[in-house]
Amino acid sequence: MMNNDTLVIGGHKFHSRFILGSGKYSIKLIEAAIKDAGAEIITLAVRRANTKEHENILDYIPEGITLLPNTSGARNAEEAVRIARLARELGCGHFVKVEIMRDTKYLLPDNQETIKATDILANEGFVVMPYMYPDLNAARDMVNAGAAAIMPLASPIGSNKGLATRDFIQILIDEIDLPIIVDAGIGRPSQACDAMEMGAAAIMANTALATAGDLPLMASAFRQAIEAGRKAYLSGLGRVLTRGASASDPLTGFLRD
Amino acid sequence: MENQFFVDSEYLSPAALEKKHRLETDPSSRKNHMEYMPGMEIIESDVCQQVLSQMNAFDYSLYTARDVRAALDHETCSVEDFKALLSPAAEPFLEEMAQKARMETSKHFGNTVYLFTPLYIANYCENYCVYCGFNCYNHISRMKLNMEQIEHEMKVIADSGMEEILILTGESRAQSDVPYIGEACKLARKYFRMVGLEIYPVNTDEYKYLHECGADYVTVFQETYDTETYETLHLFGHKRVWPYRFDAQERALRGGMRGVAFSALLGLSDFRKDALASALHVYYLQRKYPHAEMSLSCPRLRPIINNDKINPLDVGEKQLCQILCAYRIFLPFVGITVSSRESAEFRNGIVKIAATKVSAGVSTGIGDHESKYTGKEEDAVKGDEQFEIDDSRSLETMYKDMSGEGLQPVLNDYVYV
Repeated sequence: MMNNDTLVIGGHKFHSRFILGSGKYSIKLIEAAIKDAGAEIITLAVRRANTKEHENILDYIPEGITLLPNTSGARNAEEAVRIARLARELGCGHFVKVEIMRDTKYLLPDNQETIKATDILANEGFVVMPYMYPDLNAARDMVNAGAAAIMPLASPIGSNKGLATRDFIQILIDEIDLPIIVDAGIGRPSQACDAMEMGAAAIMANTALATAGDLPLMASAFRQAIEAGRKAYLSGLGRVLTRGASASDPLTGFLRD
Repeated sequence: MENQFFVDSEYLSPAALEKKHRLETDPSSRKNHMEYMPGMEIIESDVCQQVLSQMNAFDYSLYTARDVRAALDHETCSVEDFKALLSPAAEPFLEEMAQKARMETSKHFGNTVYLFTPLYIANYCENYCVYCGFNCYNHISRMKLNMEQIEHEMKVIADSGMEEILILTGESRAQSDVPYIGEACKLARKYFRMVGLEIYPVNTDEYKYLHECGADYVTVFQETYDTETYETLHLFGHKRVWPYRFDAQERALRGGMRGVAFSALLGLSDFRKDALASALHVYYLQRKYPHAEMSLSCPRLRPIINNDKINPLDVGEKQLCQILCAYRIFLPFVGITVSSRESAEFRNGIVKIAATKVSAGVSTGIGDHESKYTGKEEDAVKGDEQFEIDDSRSLETMYKDMSGEGLQPVLNDYVYV
């Protein structure tokens, strides 16, 4: 069953459900993400990739890996669109993660501007993956605007706080007919597993790996956690009670008719 | 012991000397430092009042080890917590502060360290700021680069691999007017991904023009937030006007700049109060302009040409480290720059704790990059330095050293949009 279990984004099939986020990068991180976490998609910040000589991240992405340029640094839809077009010109393909922030402190995404940018870029043929604050109405607007996946945040970028928005992500998983990729804030493999059990289609992480003591080991832990969560989701979780216990002998067994 | 700032040059005319002495000794001969000069834009803003009221009420002797402990245990750092971390009571907690600061830096910036270099294009100055090598009474070699010379300097710097540049001038509108700086920005955009400015404060429409020319980040150091001490150090010129300088970052943001940088020059006044005010300046402006990128620097006083005794007094490396850790814990999202005023050893250590940006291949003189970068002696006239630097590592060496420290050097993190 697992062999046929592919993640489809914008008509492209992927076997891995781990996506490497951008932000903190190093060559070691990229290597670990591909070899040990099995990543097939790697995000890169255009603002940083657009470099001249020293260690251009593009030089370290092997063949067969899908690049997911993001629009970090954009403060509104117009800037995001310009960065996305620049990414395409730089040869980064036609995937784009729309990331628009009007707040430098918490780096929370601006859903309204993200909807606008999604609309423009989808019309230009991009495979648009909007990073968003998990709000059902905004997610529906992004779907209608042509998004290929929805990327709600679990908690603020870099915080490693896990699924702070858990209940709202669950609503998106239940209501939106596109892959829901949990992005930002996933700090531990167990949190990634949890999100996958909930029905998330994939996990994007960066800081959790980048700041780990042993990068390859943490990368492989993420891979296993994501696979475990996915299997649990596909198998149909057994009943889990949130409190109390359930008597195995029915309480109503004494009833005679 | 206090710094002795007053130095008389034998090259000054008797009239100039007399005016200088009068400015130094007779406060009534000096203009009101809180009064705007003609042409200076006044903006409506409550940020200044918020910063000053907090700073004036800050009695750091009242904080205890218990306050520091609580501040370190809190998940988010309040203004009160920050004050405790700046107090003398926090000094025994320095290692713990460094550990917490390191964690915050790592969460927000990973293991990256940004590299940049300054380019001084002119050192003419109309101000008498007693601690500064460029001050109008200091006898130094003055120079203003023309566009051809600026482009040559930029080429030399760009050839070294640098992608971010900070353009600086002395504070002279007459010698280095806004159109001159604008032309320099246009040239810089040809060679660099990111162009920052550290020039005299200007009005909103002028910041807008400079942004259109290609600059995107504005640095203005307030020097000291203690207005009375400021008055005794900035005796003459437009820089004397304290409130116009204070509002510079806000005008820059209104003019469309992406980001702004702040600092006090540590050693001029009470460093704990100046550190508090610098960070609160960032804190309150960030609340008002949440989209803006902000960064802090932490320069300490350095010797200058004709006065090699100038020093940062009671701000030792431990105190500087304490301030930087407190900045990082209070404002985990801001960039922190540590300049070549500090030693290579200090910079190598602090980038692993709190700093996110360091300069490399630095010259604070005018028109001397080729000789400094290539060792090639030129006949061209050069302008003297603003201050003596400590860490003279080239970009290549810095890149290697930062990588050696386990960090990822980043030369560009920016798209001009």
